[in-house]
Amino acid sequence: MKFERYGIGIIKGMTVTIRHLLRHPTVNQFPEQRLNVSRRTRGNELIWSREKCTGCATCAKTCPQGAIEIVTATNAENNKYEVETYRVDTGYCIQCGLCVEACPYDAVFMGYSYERAKYRRGELVQTNDELLESPERPASGYYHPDIAGKLPVQTLLVDKIVEKRK
Amino acid sequence: MMPNLPMQAVPPDWPGGYWWHWLFFSILLIAFVVIMVMGAIWIERRGMGRMQSRLGPNRTGPFGLLQPVADAIKVLLKENIVPDSADKLVHWLAPVIAFAPVMMIFAVVPFQNGALLADLNIGILYVVAVSSVATLGVFMAGWGSSNKYSLLGAMRNVAAVVSYEMPLVLAIVGVVLVAGSLSMNDIVLAQDIPFILLQPLGFLLFFTAGCAEINRSPFDLMEADSELVAGFHTEYSGMKFAMFYLVEYAEAIAISAIITTLFLGGWRGPVLPPWLWFIVKIFIVFFFMVWTRTTLPRVRIDQLMALAWKFLFPLALINLFITAIQVLVWPDALPWGLIIVNIAIMVILVVVWSKFFKLGWGRLEV
Repeated sequence: MKFERYGIGIIKGMTVTIRHLLRHPTVNQFPEQRLNVSRRTRGNELIWSREKCTGCATCAKTCPQGAIEIVTATNAENNKYEVETYRVDTGYCIQCGLCVEACPYDAVFMGYSYERAKYRRGELVQTNDELLESPERPASGYYHPDIAGKLPVQTLLVDKIVEKRK
Repeated sequence: MMPNLPMQAVPPDWPGGYWWHWLFFSILLIAFVVIMVMGAIWIERRGMGRMQSRLGPNRTGPFGLLQPVADAIKVLLKENIVPDSADKLVHWLAPVIAFAPVMMIFAVVPFQNGALLADLNIGILYVVAVSSVATLGVFMAGWGSSNKYSLLGAMRNVAAVVSYEMPLVLAIVGVVLVAGSLSMNDIVLAQDIPFILLQPLGFLLFFTAGCAEINRSPFDLMEADSELVAGFHTEYSGMKFAMFYLVEYAEAIAISAIITTLFLGGWRGPVLPPWLWFIVKIFIVFFFMVWTRTTLPRVRIDQLMALAWKFLFPLALINLFITAIQVLVWPDALPWGLIIVNIAIMVILVVVWSKFFKLGWGRLEV
């Protein structure tokens, strides 16, 4: 005897909806209320360290999109490359993180940003100083466990959010 | 069965007589309907949002209370587009024809003892007659738009209304038998016990048929947006669309008001003033409509017809028969005994008839 046929199914469904009515909604009000971003996220920006970079262009070779462009000059006195231009077209970037993994000198990191919509295509291209790490552009812990370990422990659950990340 | 109550309404003694009464109540009813519709839209959108684990509109005003106002302004400022091949006159007239009868229903709905526009002695019959006219407006909209989706939606609406009118009326007849009057005010006066207890099956039938009659989900086949774009009002925009939107919610409020009057004791209740009781009960019934709408998926057209003719119609006939026997044989029976018997009869009938209820000659297992 299938009781679903005798109105029990309807009553079951009605209890589900009324339970949803009485509990806290699972959405968050985006611009005012933000979810925490994972400490190891691959955001839509690249952080580049001028000090560590040797200009080997491994990142540019690994990038599947060809979004990284490096121009170097030879410094004969120190027998080193000097980076003249380090340019990332974040419009091409697919946030795969291969450049971060490939870099032999740990000079590139992923960032946290996910709100980088621009009105003009050209504004998506970032060059040299725009790529440096700053308090507004902290480096993510992706592929860098030491960075991730230093960040505070946090939750990604909706109802337990305590900190707000801008 | 009912004790001898003063079975007539006391009309308010206006200084200007009939015309002042008419003017006052006409203005009051229009204001009442518009404000109730705004409240209903708010309850529907917020309640439905919460039931779907969303928040619903919460940006305009406190708790999003001004959302209906914002919607109204938006829709008023929109362009009024009429299709080239449309039947212009019918297309223009349809929203008005759909809206007028809904307003006319409220003429006989009592807000408290005797506080109604016209205490017709055939009040509930008038409601049944007038509410069906709204279908004409819908069909005109479907025909006048010269659009296949509009026409399909309108045809479905006519089919649904013709089918569901019968269980609706038969459920009303049960109430009329118990109350012994067709006047809405006298029906309320007769309800020392709300008729939902004496007529539980009648309430169930009336609620289902009423939801189908005004095309609310799960019976909103005429504007099934996954099949028919927007059904009969596909080709409507601007103010005319706003009229149809208003009609949809005004009809829901009207059916809630009729259910309140027939089954929930109308304006009667302790402590609170009668009109407030009436409004509270309307919103409770409307909340149930929102609840069922959120929960239940839309039925197919054959399921809609099968439910009307194979389930609701025979049950309504049986309900009428049982009620008639109870009124004739035990007119002075203890109400509590009857209540228990009637609820037991309802449960048994629904279960037994669910066993009989088959779709597609029994080939489909539901």
